[in-house]
Amino acid sequence: MTAPILTVSNLAVSVHGEDGEREVVSDLSFALQKGETLCIAGESGSGKSMTALAIMGLLPQPGARVSAGSIRLGDTDLATLSENRMRTIRGDRIAMIFQEPMTSLNPVLSIGRQLTEAIEAHTPLSREEARRRAVEALKAVRIPEAESRLKQFPHELSGGMRQRVMIAMALALKPDVLICDEPTTALDVTVQGEVLELLRDLQREQGTSIILITHDMGVVAEMADRVIVMRHGRMVEEGFTSAIFAIPREDYTRELLAAVPRIGGGRAGQLAPSPALRFARATSPQRGKEIGEAGAALDIKHGLGANGGKPPLPGGERVAEPRLDRGSVGAEGHDPSVRDPGGSGGRVRGPTTEPAVAAIHDLTVRFDLTGGFFGRVDRRVHAVEGVGFTIGQNETLSLVGESGCGKSTTAKAIAGLVPYAGKIEIGGRDLASLGRAERMAIRRDVQMVFQDPYASLDPRMRVGELVEEPLVIHGIGDRKERRDRVAALFERVGLSADQMERYPHEFSGGQRQRICIARALALRPKLIIADESVSALDVSVQARVLRLLKDLQREFGVAYLFISHDMAVVENISDRVAVMYLGQIVEMGTRDQIFASPRHPYTKRLIEAVPIPDPSRRRARFARLDKEIPSAVRRVGDEPPKTLLRDFGEGHLVSEFGL
Amino acid sequence: MTVPIAPDLATPAVMPARPRAGIWRRLLRRKLAVLGLVIIVLTVAGAILAPWLTAYDPNEQMFDGLTLEGAPLPPSEKFWLGTDLLGRDLATRILYGARTSLIIGIVANGAALLIGTLVGMTAGYFKGWIGSVLMRFTDLMMAFPALLLAICLAAILQPSLWIVALVIALVNWVQTARVIYTETSSLAEREFIDAERTIGAGTGRILFRHILPHLLPTIIVWGTLGISTTVLLEATLSYLGIGVQPPTASWGNIIFENQTYFQAAPWLVFFPGMAILALALAFNLVGDALRDVLDPTQRGRA
Repeated sequence: MTAPILTVSNLAVSVHGEDGEREVVSDLSFALQKGETLCIAGESGSGKSMTALAIMGLLPQPGARVSAGSIRLGDTDLATLSENRMRTIRGDRIAMIFQEPMTSLNPVLSIGRQLTEAIEAHTPLSREEARRRAVEALKAVRIPEAESRLKQFPHELSGGMRQRVMIAMALALKPDVLICDEPTTALDVTVQGEVLELLRDLQREQGTSIILITHDMGVVAEMADRVIVMRHGRMVEEGFTSAIFAIPREDYTRELLAAVPRIGGGRAGQLAPSPALRFARATSPQRGKEIGEAGAALDIKHGLGANGGKPPLPGGERVAEPRLDRGSVGAEGHDPSVRDPGGSGGRVRGPTTEPAVAAIHDLTVRFDLTGGFFGRVDRRVHAVEGVGFTIGQNETLSLVGESGCGKSTTAKAIAGLVPYAGKIEIGGRDLASLGRAERMAIRRDVQMVFQDPYASLDPRMRVGELVEEPLVIHGIGDRKERRDRVAALFERVGLSADQMERYPHEFSGGQRQRICIARALALRPKLIIADESVSALDVSVQARVLRLLKDLQREFGVAYLFISHDMAVVENISDRVAVMYLGQIVEMGTRDQIFASPRHPYTKRLIEAVPIPDPSRRRARFARLDKEIPSAVRRVGDEPPKTLLRDFGEGHLVSEFGL
Repeated sequence: MTVPIAPDLATPAVMPARPRAGIWRRLLRRKLAVLGLVIIVLTVAGAILAPWLTAYDPNEQMFDGLTLEGAPLPPSEKFWLGTDLLGRDLATRILYGARTSLIIGIVANGAALLIGTLVGMTAGYFKGWIGSVLMRFTDLMMAFPALLLAICLAAILQPSLWIVALVIALVNWVQTARVIYTETSSLAEREFIDAERTIGAGTGRILFRHILPHLLPTIIVWGTLGISTTVLLEATLSYLGIGVQPPTASWGNIIFENQTYFQAAPWLVFFPGMAILALALAFNLVGDALRDVLDPTQRGRA
């Protein structure tokens, strides 16, 4: 074996905080060989990004510093190098690409300017030669029409394009080591595949060594030669990728791998119900939709208003006897996907005794764009175009698609956050036909859990107040009853009641998302819209939150509209799945229909593009989009063609467009 | 396969639970804030108790208050802070002047802050035509020379202390409105506001329970900055003869009356200047501390 390019030995990084120095990376040693891809995997707070920044000499100043150990690039120790010397190495011999292609390019400088600047800074090349080198670099990352791209600005390029420009910039000087910090996390799966493939090809051509930092075990399996698993700033395990995946030595690695949602794992995998609910599951093979549960759910829903006492929150034990309340007939124990074969697709449902929780017909959301001298509306963003579906009681419907496909806008329209055209029925009643007060009452039935638990809780309110707030707004219970119910909710989502007095910033991401869930549950809604609710969480936390959602569904009989870009998560949680593309549904069916026999090419591509956390199934070529996704912005009067959904049997609807 | 029971719950949150520490208690733990509070209390007490604190009348031109050449006297045992051009006791005038300046600095400034916050919040939250109308009006007010407006208003209405306060309030709200507008419109885009809407929160609740608390730091900063500017604006108006009418004392008009002689009698400008500075500083210190104390994310930090 030849001498390694980069040797890190006993590295420690300390951050100076309020309570003195704290080590965020401790005693880390590894060596990087030429042409090798080393993955550093770990969850947030594991110190993986700090390691990368330490190697680059870019630790946040003041505060963080390399407190021990050495980082040797060839014969030079980077840890002791002055900033001036470091600058000549950075970009030239070690380059880095960051997670956010949106923010790591300067928005006011053209692509060409930024590329040539980097080249000129490190080489004696003339401007003209630097330009030629820049064009070569852009061609190398397969950017079409490289020449003309030089004049473009970052905002004129898509996310994937921007990340490719970043890679071009990093590789233009042919560095020995390329550090990629979560290079594909912010990208859509189909684009992610392309970028990963590009990195792999470039590495083969140029012999660059890559340090890939990621939380995504799928990416690790796809890319890495060797893996380092980190946790709390320490190396947990190191080894060859195949070995780590096949026989992980440490418990933590096993947990991490177990928590990764897998396509093909189905819901029988890691989302097995918690022990308390095993019984319920055993007695109800049909997805837990037994009479008792529906009854219990109804009982809970009206419990507080009716008896005014302690809110009945069954933690495992359930009311066996169905209770018919407020005229709504208890679920007859049938499967909604069978009961409701049409699913929708803009069709009018036949008369049923029990209305679906939500029925969406021909939902359309457009945003006006003004332009020209007089600021007239000349273009529109066709965010959602004629989407229709129904969600039955106790059912989970997932909306999947890539960024910009309109899935979040659909959610917002149903939650009443954006104006829409079309028909939204909640509990069989059309929202548009209701008065203000009634609409407010119906709103209680639809609650939302947002993507970012850091942004969706008011940081200036105590979490107890936040969970109590919906009850206050809707005038439910007196102060004591409300506090009791909030305490019960806290316990139910796995927090303790004495945490109610704290503020959101005192909790971790997963805990905050639990608070958001408790808040959404406070009003006993019939439908919870989960908009990318687990995307911002670490995989192990993600698995637990998903399981909590599942448990709560069995317990409270709530339906979910689950919005996600992550196909593996969707497969784990959904009853039915709808795939969206450019504001329209292109395919909809049960989970098995979509994942086992996808019919629309777009669905197939989406599923294929997901990296599989199994190095033995590594792909040579990723599924690729033949062209960039067209824009949803259209001139006024230029209506997009409406796709028709054809039924392929048993409610499997597929768009004829693009088949 | 099973995942062990939620270790993300096992990680202790950053801080242990503790009883609600009163805002007062936490405020009084800060030395600088206490200093500020002491200065404010002393100023208010001095203004109220002025007749008992000094032996002189603020407007009395004393025989022995001038040198034989007619020049003002420097600080001495008899006149602690010296006398002014007309032979009046400066210490007495500053004490009485505190009444005027406090009313201007607190009432007028407070009113300006209130108007600015309401206009800015309304415009920033609703946007649309309401926002456009309000903000264009604010721009108009900004472009209009404040002094000219004040002169017009004071000329139409009879000059008095309260009219001056009103004029200052009407002129001074615009900057606050601008700043609050920008902050509100960015706050309104934050996800937790959307989250409030989905649980059915009404406009009032969103504005006052969720947006206003986030604006507090800005409001406090503008409020404390406004104290010195309004006190000086009052002085300007007084100097132009449309403010507080002489011989009523205010810190501003003491400075203005005497500024031409500041080389010969520097104490005449120095002492009232110090008074304005001390009051503004005091409010700044208290405001700063209040901002930190009211911010829950700062809890437990040094």
